[in-house]
Amino acid sequence: MSKTYEKYYVPAQSPWPIVGAVALFCIAFGAGHYVIDMSKQQSGFGGWLLLLGLAILVFMLVGWFRNVIEESMTGLYSSQMDRSFRQGMSWFILSEVMFFMAFFGALFYGRFIAMEWLGGASNNAMTHAILWPEFLPSWPLLKTPGGIETQAMPAWGLPAINTAILIISSITLHFAHTGLNQNKRGQLKFMLGLTLVLGAIFLCLQGYEYVHAYRDLGLRLDSGFYGNTFFLLTGFHGVHVTLGAVILLFVFFRVLKGHFTPEKHFAFQAGAWYWHFVDVVWICLFFFVYVL
Amino acid sequence: MSAITSEHDDHAHDHKPSGIKRWLFTTNHKDIGSMYLIFALLMFFIGGAMAMVIRLELFQPGMQFVEPQFFNQMTTVHGLIMVFGAVMPAFTGLANWMIPIMIGAPDMALPRMNNWSFWILPFAFLILILSLFMPGGGPDFGWTFYAPLSTTYSNDSTALFVFAVHIMGISSIMGAINVIVTIWNMRAPGMTWMKMPLFVWTWFITAFLLIMVMPVLATVVTMVLTDKYFGTSFFDAAGGGDPVLFQHIFWFFGHPEVYIMILPAFGIVSAIIPTFARKRLFGYASMVYATASIAILSFLVWAHHMFTTGMPVFATLFFMYATMLIAVPTGVKVFNWVATMWRGAMTFEVPMMFALAFIVLFTIGGFSGLMLAITPADFQYHDTYFVVAHFHYVLVTGAVFSIIAAAYYWLPKWTGYMYDERLGQLHFWCSLISVNLLFFPMHFVGLAGMPRRIPDYALQFADFNAFISVGGFLFGLSQLIFVWVVVKCARGGEKATAQVWEGAEGLEWEIPSPAPYHTFDTPPVIK
Repeated sequence: MSKTYEKYYVPAQSPWPIVGAVALFCIAFGAGHYVIDMSKQQSGFGGWLLLLGLAILVFMLVGWFRNVIEESMTGLYSSQMDRSFRQGMSWFILSEVMFFMAFFGALFYGRFIAMEWLGGASNNAMTHAILWPEFLPSWPLLKTPGGIETQAMPAWGLPAINTAILIISSITLHFAHTGLNQNKRGQLKFMLGLTLVLGAIFLCLQGYEYVHAYRDLGLRLDSGFYGNTFFLLTGFHGVHVTLGAVILLFVFFRVLKGHFTPEKHFAFQAGAWYWHFVDVVWICLFFFVYVL
Repeated sequence: MSAITSEHDDHAHDHKPSGIKRWLFTTNHKDIGSMYLIFALLMFFIGGAMAMVIRLELFQPGMQFVEPQFFNQMTTVHGLIMVFGAVMPAFTGLANWMIPIMIGAPDMALPRMNNWSFWILPFAFLILILSLFMPGGGPDFGWTFYAPLSTTYSNDSTALFVFAVHIMGISSIMGAINVIVTIWNMRAPGMTWMKMPLFVWTWFITAFLLIMVMPVLATVVTMVLTDKYFGTSFFDAAGGGDPVLFQHIFWFFGHPEVYIMILPAFGIVSAIIPTFARKRLFGYASMVYATASIAILSFLVWAHHMFTTGMPVFATLFFMYATMLIAVPTGVKVFNWVATMWRGAMTFEVPMMFALAFIVLFTIGGFSGLMLAITPADFQYHDTYFVVAHFHYVLVTGAVFSIIAAAYYWLPKWTGYMYDERLGQLHFWCSLISVNLLFFPMHFVGLAGMPRRIPDYALQFADFNAFISVGGFLFGLSQLIFVWVVVKCARGGEKATAQVWEGAEGLEWEIPSPAPYHTFDTPPVIK
């Protein structure tokens, strides 16, 4: 072999994966018991085990990422390694896309098929006549066949503002990225910080919207198919925004420490991709959950 | 162990960490592959033991040994363990072991994440098995956990099932990302896409399917959780939902999942047949395109599991024809395997025997699948033992036989010793005869109307069921021979050469047997 090539870095042993597996065990076993105990209104070890698991997970992530960042900063990573990370992140985002697609699929099915059939559409006249003759199919589903009533969340108040905030945050993040690429560290810091602030505002407003829904509108997780899809879609989106914000927060700290170059900034790139992804999910959400 | 090695110290680099830490902290694709395979074998026996309970109860009509609810738990957990604990981890183990070697890569692309993917699995199955000992018992709604069986009528432990499935899914997605990135990014220079061995190709497409559908499984178990514990009504018509929605989401995951469990098997058979026929694989490119076609079609056929739910006729017609279309690329594959053997200089070592049995018996399972695809006929077959016969032909004599074939094929490469050929042949013939005793009569009782997942049956099915149970016990016992062969082979025997099989081609046969701890730190030259 006369041709030179870059070594692909294969790390020596690492304790973090097994720690992570123990963490997930505690989370899954704890969450399972917590939910079971909650449904039976009894107390148990589930919640504590869940918290322990989350603590171990945080410990694991900190340790694992510290190793990775050290390796990256000492120049162990070839460009091929960088491609592995980028491709891995892209496929991970695809899996997240599918996660939301399934929830959107459920929303469309409930809205365009299940609800219409319950109202007697297609060949379901007898379903309607015998089971719930009073049921009127209309979306948002404000009165379920079983009789639970709720109110719809209007689109053109807080949700529209939130949409604007999230879109602007994607744009500021893009300018942070151009700042990084052109080595304008000031622009990078400012725009990334602004993105984080906008993300935090979004989450606060979203929290306020939930309070408003529960307190004023009587829109709850258990108020029929509309409430189900509303809270699970916006809720999982909120979890993803939180995760994206945490990623960007750590990226921000690394920027402050002077990490990342115009050529190599995988962590920034990954956080940015993730942020744009949650933004796109929100735009779909805004139209399909709120507006239409 | 230093991370950066020069080209000269490959031998010094070959020392393995010792003790339990080697396995807990490993980043080595071969160690992780071995752990996956051993775990899968263990799960195969645990899931198998549950199948033995099922066959024991069904040996005679009437209730003999177990309570109906326990019987339901056995069918459920047997299915879950075999699908998620045995077949999928076994394929992932083979992928871990063989893909980096086959494409000339030093390891998997993301070695630490690889270890995490593995170690989640024992914990996930620990939770699942522990849930059987909860008050009220474990999951008893079938591995398909249809609502409302899994929501309104399930027992308390359902939340544990849900979270166990969640972390299994995390493991599968991470494993799939690792495989797909490894194949995309880690191929040695000159290993172009259309030079990759078919096992690599089939796993590449399988990994894509996993990334697409495991998140969908996560959503559907989440909805089961919220429906059961948090008052949502996704699958409850009174709240505006629909139990059929469950089936749509589940099978949107479930049908690609079926191909996740068979595409790597196609890759294995496409490796073994050319070796023992001493000919190149017939129609390599068409094999690749057929695999991709099957994967794409797998997203368009899910509702053929739901013909009896009262879907509109145009939907049933669409899903019927789309399903039948899958027979075309599958037929291409079977044709190519047969054409590879045509006028080949064939020998019949154990891997070849299992691969041949795979072709014949998988094709039987494929044909019964075509029968099930016919909507009006499916009204008769639905939820009978005919369905059980169909998917056990494709999963046991299909997927499991291919995994066993792969194990015999690559064992000499893994251990450095040849396995005992006579014991292997004994294992093959015992398995072949007993598996057909076990599953073939299920076609007949199913066509006659015996429902699946019921611990008792009408007297007219008694003779066949006794027969089936005897086949089941024999098949279970036959697999002990396999363990014996594997243990014996790991402990010693005739030394294997690097090429192992006379007709074998590919990078894995150019490295010594047993494969060194680290291979291809320097990329090989691909001709």
